[in-house]
Formats: sequence, structure tokens, C-alpha cells
Amino acid sequence: MTAAFLVASSFLASAVEFVEALTIVLAAGLTRGWRSSLTGLAAATVVLAAIVAALGPTLKLIPIDALRLVVGALLLAFGLQWLRKAILRASGYKALHDEDEIFAREAAEARAAGAEVRAGLDWYGFTLAFKGVLLEGLEVAFIVITFGSTQGNIGLAAIGAGAALVLVAVVGVAVHAPLSRVPENTMKFAVGVMLTTFGIFWSTEGAGAHWPGNDASLPGVLAFVILLSFAAVTLLRRRRTMVLV
Amino acid sequence: MRFLRFWWDFVVGDDWRAALGVVVALGATAAIVAAGVDAWWLMPIAVALVLYISLRRETTKTS
Repeated sequence: MTAAFLVASSFLASAVEFVEALTIVLAAGLTRGWRSSLTGLAAATVVLAAIVAALGPTLKLIPIDALRLVVGALLLAFGLQWLRKAILRASGYKALHDEDEIFAREAAEARAAGAEVRAGLDWYGFTLAFKGVLLEGLEVAFIVITFGSTQGNIGLAAIGAGAALVLVAVVGVAVHAPLSRVPENTMKFAVGVMLTTFGIFWSTEGAGAHWPGNDASLPGVLAFVILLSFAAVTLLRRRRTMVLV
Repeated sequence: MRFLRFWWDFVVGDDWRAALGVVVALGATAAIVAAGVDAWWLMPIAVALVLYISLRRETTKTS
């Protein structure tokens, strides 16, 4: 059960970030040329792989309770950010994330930028793709490392992230356009719920408390977070309608 | 400085009170556990409270 949660959380969180990275790589590639954009993508991928390879084994040296406390707290802070934004979007208090709009903005900025060639590459296209992939990828690396190390299985978390990468890359190459039809807020909602669930579960154990039934209580925590989130969306929608009327 | 700023935005985001709430709730859980009570129930309650306060603050600001 926990393994399935681990893979699903890693897959969903990574897919959201890869969709955002794809938008930036497409904007750089279509406006500044594919060579510099794909080189930026490859360079960022190498840096990310080095970060995961360096941090993964290091985290195994930390005692599991201390690791769960710190990682659980980080995941909870991080997950509450995602959940809060997803609730605000679902209830109409915040605009939905629009990949088409982001693509148009990035592409317009890339077209307007001057030409500068370094190491045989269009430097703007390279740095745009590099920074975009690195920043979005850091969130994926953070999730893979924290989820994986706390569960003692970085490989399983990496499989979830890898599957998301393959799926987004295949669809991206096939469509050759920003993936605007992806239900991004629904995915972000699911990721926020999962990050918050794991955060509550692990940080509580890290603080020295024990869940009734150990791992068996994880679905209960998940159900609690889902109910809490849907109640928040319902109440906020109702409140917004009353304010608008 | 930019490095620290990045990590602050990455983990804490735009509501530092929520992150502080998490830290305070974890401290309280550890203290209650140290006193001999298995306080597994505290974090779910704290998360509900933190989320409520954070959403209320944001929506009051927006509306």
C-alpha cells in the first residue's frame, strides 16, 4: 500500500513539474532553435542527476527518526503550499494555471531577446531551457529524495518520476505544443493531498508518536486530508458566491 | 543570499505562518510524547487549523 502511494505521489508530482518544464523547453526551442534548447535540457538533466546521486546515499546515513521528523516537516510545509493554492484555484479565489499563456509569454520574451552566441550555442535559448528544467526538476529531485529516503526506497520513487518523464516527453514530442489540456489543478490537488498526508504521517512518527496500526493508518490520514480539502473548497465556493451576490 | 531566498520560497512559500504552525505543532507533539502521551492525533488537528487560518487570511485579503 505504502509502495503504491510512493510511486503514485512521485509520478503525479513529477508529471506536473515536467509539464511546466516542457512548456519552457518548447518556448525556447521554437523561438531560439532546438540545438541550444535541447543542450540546456540535457545539461540541467545531468546537474539534477548529480544532485540526486550525491544526496540520496548521504541521507541514508541519518537516523530514520530524525530523517522522518525533518523530511516530514519539510513535506508538510511544501504540501500545505500546494494544497492551499489548489484549494484557492478550485474555489475560484485564484486563477487556474494556464500553460498556453505561460508559453506565449516565454516565447514573446525569447523572440525579443538579443542574439548572443557562446560555445556555439544561442545563449538565451540555452539558459532559458537550462534554468527552467533545473528549477522544475529540483522540485522533482526534492520529492524523489525525500519520499524515497524516508521509505528506504529511492529507486521506487525514481521509477514514478521516470515514468512521468517518459509520458510527458512522449506526449510532448507527439503534440509538439504546450500540454494545456492536462488537468493541472486536479493533479496539483492530488499532489498537495499526498505530500500533506505523507508529511503528517512521517513528521508525527519522527516526533516520537506512533500511529494506531502503524502503516495501516496511512489511508486514514489520506481520507482525513481529502475530506478536509473538499470541505474547504465547498465552504470557500459558497462564501465566494455569497460575496459576489 | 539568492540561494537562501530560493530555498525559502521553495519550502516556505508565500505564507511563512503555515510553516511556523507546522514547526510549533511538531514541537508540541514531541513535548506531549515526552510527557508519556502518544499524541499521534495532534498533527492532523494542527494541519486542519493551520490550513483554515491560512485560507481565511488569503480569502479575506482577496475578497
